[in-house]
Amino acid sequence: MLNRQGRPSAPQAHGVADPAAGMGDQAARLQGDASRAGADAGSHPTFTGNKALAQIEPLIFEIGRYDTTGVDLDEPDDFKPRLGGLERKEAIGLPGLSEPETMRHYVRLSQMNYGIDTGLFPLGSCTMKHNARLNERMARLPGFSDVHPLQPVSTVQGALELMNELGRYLLTLTNMTAVALSPKAGAHGELCGMMAIKAAIEAKGEGKTRNVVLVPDSAHGTNPATAALIGFVVKPVPARDDGYVYVEDVKKLLGPDVAAIMLTNPNTCGLFEPQVAEIAKAIHDAGAYFYCDGANFNAIVGKAKPGDLGVDAMHINLHKTFSTPHGGGGPGSGPVVLSERLSPFAPVPFVRAGKEGFELVEHETDAAEKPFGRMTAFHGQMGMYVRALSYMLSHGSDGMKQASEDAVLNANYIRAGLSDLMSLPFGNKPCMHEVLFDDAWLKDTGVTTLDIAKAMIDEGYHPMTMYFPLVVHGAMLIEPTESESKASLDLFIATLRDLAMAATTGNDKERFTGAPYHAPRRRLDETRAARSPVLKWTPPAPVAEAAE
Amino acid sequence: MRYLPLSDTDRGEMLARIGVKAVDDLFADVPKNLLLKEPVDLPRRKGELEVERILSRMSAKNISASSVPFFVGAGAYKHHVPATVDHLIQRSEFLTSYTPYQPEIAQGTLQYLFEFQTQVAALTGMEVANASMYDGSTGTGEAVLMAHRVTKRRKAVLSGGLHPHYVDVVQTLSEMASDEVVAMKADVGGTEDILSQIDDSTSCVVVQSPDVFGNVRDLKPIAEKAHQHGALLVAVFTEAVSLGLLQSPGSMGADIVVGEGQSIGNALNFGGPYVGLFAAKSKYIRQMPGRLCGETVDANGNRGFVLTLSTREQHIRRDKATSNICTNSGLCCLAFTIHMTLLGEAGLKRLARINHANAVKLADQLSGVKGLEVLNKTFFNEFTVKLPQPAAEVVERLAEKGVLAGVPVSRLLPGAGLDNLLLVASTEVNTDDDRAAFVAALKEVL
Repeated sequence: MLNRQGRPSAPQAHGVADPAAGMGDQAARLQGDASRAGADAGSHPTFTGNKALAQIEPLIFEIGRYDTTGVDLDEPDDFKPRLGGLERKEAIGLPGLSEPETMRHYVRLSQMNYGIDTGLFPLGSCTMKHNARLNERMARLPGFSDVHPLQPVSTVQGALELMNELGRYLLTLTNMTAVALSPKAGAHGELCGMMAIKAAIEAKGEGKTRNVVLVPDSAHGTNPATAALIGFVVKPVPARDDGYVYVEDVKKLLGPDVAAIMLTNPNTCGLFEPQVAEIAKAIHDAGAYFYCDGANFNAIVGKAKPGDLGVDAMHINLHKTFSTPHGGGGPGSGPVVLSERLSPFAPVPFVRAGKEGFELVEHETDAAEKPFGRMTAFHGQMGMYVRALSYMLSHGSDGMKQASEDAVLNANYIRAGLSDLMSLPFGNKPCMHEVLFDDAWLKDTGVTTLDIAKAMIDEGYHPMTMYFPLVVHGAMLIEPTESESKASLDLFIATLRDLAMAATTGNDKERFTGAPYHAPRRRLDETRAARSPVLKWTPPAPVAEAAE
Repeated sequence: MRYLPLSDTDRGEMLARIGVKAVDDLFADVPKNLLLKEPVDLPRRKGELEVERILSRMSAKNISASSVPFFVGAGAYKHHVPATVDHLIQRSEFLTSYTPYQPEIAQGTLQYLFEFQTQVAALTGMEVANASMYDGSTGTGEAVLMAHRVTKRRKAVLSGGLHPHYVDVVQTLSEMASDEVVAMKADVGGTEDILSQIDDSTSCVVVQSPDVFGNVRDLKPIAEKAHQHGALLVAVFTEAVSLGLLQSPGSMGADIVVGEGQSIGNALNFGGPYVGLFAAKSKYIRQMPGRLCGETVDANGNRGFVLTLSTREQHIRRDKATSNICTNSGLCCLAFTIHMTLLGEAGLKRLARINHANAVKLADQLSGVKGLEVLNKTFFNEFTVKLPQPAAEVVERLAEKGVLAGVPVSRLLPGAGLDNLLLVASTEVNTDDDRAAFVAALKEVL
């Protein structure tokens, strides 16, 4: 049986003859659902395969038409084209939908997604905090959203003022000297910071000799990837049993070949590095620079200033700490704050206050300093700058301090609620804004970190970060953020306690190994996706061919 | 504070449960002398009303594109975005979700990424596309690095028609990575001899069409010459709408296509966030940067989507990764794909014809202004005009008269001796009245 797109209508999931022949695509999918062990949804099959609010939604290529458009435009009057004979002659292959169909398609897709507004999203190291809608409204003000990056500077003074003000806030919170706003994401900010370090080293004539960057094993993968991208050799700093980096371990690795250390603080184990100031001093004494990964800044905003700790460069994820929406994977924004030693090398463009208002320095030749170059076209993620400043204005200095304290308090409350059932790799001591468990407590249960994560999905939660950092086995990194109420945390803790007890008593292993049962999809076959990649929709084969 | 749910009573109970006296006991690892006692020196919290007042005041100091006759382009274009797009991208489940690492509860994101990849591949005439890059310029930098990985060579040749910001981004990255770049001189007429620059040490040739001066380029001879020498053609575009009317870069022989997708679905936003489109021949997928979404099945055999081929990426490969990128431009790419779905093939082609028609009309009208010369033989919706005096001054005076006329070439290429040149763009938003106002204001100013 083929559906109207000419595809076989039922997946041959169980190696049996198509059980749903004649029922159509959606019903056939339901048949697949009904055969699953332990599920109750199939006991009352529907004709459509939909389950009330859970709707099956085909691809736009399966429902769109090539002559349909949801945008009314008038055909222009006849004119003589000036394309030099390079007009497109072939069809493109883009089906269209009317406006109501478009609305329904994307609303249905959205309903298969979990967001912060859906429920607790304790994804460690990602800071999934509340995204205030005021910030969305502010970013859409016409003076910010509807201005062109290259219109005359005299017509965008308010936009430059906003960038300048955001910079002032970031510098005040960090006690640093200069800020490069333009990096488009955290990893892009890392690249910017490491480029500034490379430029400073070259300015001192040490470009040939200083090429090693120290990166602790617990670091985000972006750190070594960034360093390697611009020609540095990455040397690991070994992890200690207590989760800290020790100054004597760093000192052993220091020499005239070391350009920098890339240290995350608070680190990815959820701990503040107690020796961070000593490490900074040792690094500086050796003629190297201290790059701080600012992914975990949310723990210490208003509590400690990275500049006071000896940091030379740090990116700030506006999409984490300052709540610009993650948007299903971007756009992010990763401004970099720089110490006095690195500030002359900040890339273009940057804003400065001039006699007749704000000026935008867009070329290296216009700068009094020694910019190392340009990270991106135009001026960076303006839309994110507005949202971040809106967040900062709303919170104020008192609110930002309170937010950090609440974030840390919430993580420790979870730690206290689970420490008797789940294992803490570095002992039961205070953590920062995220708490790290390992999988020692799951030993011999046949249940893995992944299974726990998938069982959490069935309970209505987004899972924590799994298998990161790499320094502990089967890591579970939980970051509740300051946005959770006590009641929300109490239910979360109770849920994890129930899961932990069920997993360790071993009475209902399928609850874990088969999970999720209640999500829009059961566990997905990632191996198959990677082995024979299908990265786009292709038109179905003609019916005759498919039937053979 | 309206965003913080904990009350002081909650905080007290929670501290007691944790077993500490004060919240600062949880910050015990922070050196005592560095732990701040007081809030930093910034203003205190503000209500919505007050924040709105402050930011609205800043916004009001700017002249927005919709409020005047507007002809500014050079890599970012004012287009009409249907209301549906902005509504849909603000749905909580899209706006407040994360990278789809848990595919069972992120099928919405993953399915639109799969649809997006299919649309981008079709539009560029390529076999595969990724789930987007930060923007066109950073995507171009990544395309050059990818070409180096594929060819195991390290010299890129950049056309003089490539957007100068893109040139700067590639040069910055290449200098830092100790790769070689041959950047050709600014090529106003689109007549440079790029073929002579291609040799057996060339990794890739990077050519933009329509180029920054508006010229439509024939990529076929460049692709042929590049391929003869084992080099790749990286085709760049900054105006995605042009692909509705022009031959696709893939059909002209490009190996990698990278471009700015802002024109479809995304506002000007003073330069960002935008969305980079990135496509390639399928034999190169394992060298591609960025996220890829692929089709698979779930445990019940139902179709579903996941992020795939992640063994290229930094979280697995660390210092051996193809790129340090760990995000895409999710919400902007959603805006792109929704707008493209609304347009469809018929709508996109019509939109492209309207853009071209409006630009042709404007070029004809400007050609009639004394002392003014339109330099392009070919163009899509943007072209270069030669003025009798420095364009930056003219643009400034036109702005005073309420017309945003375009981008002076000197803004992009100071000191290149091109001060009298102006880049002028015209899209579907321009009316006959806009064009008349532009011409009238120009006549007053010149």
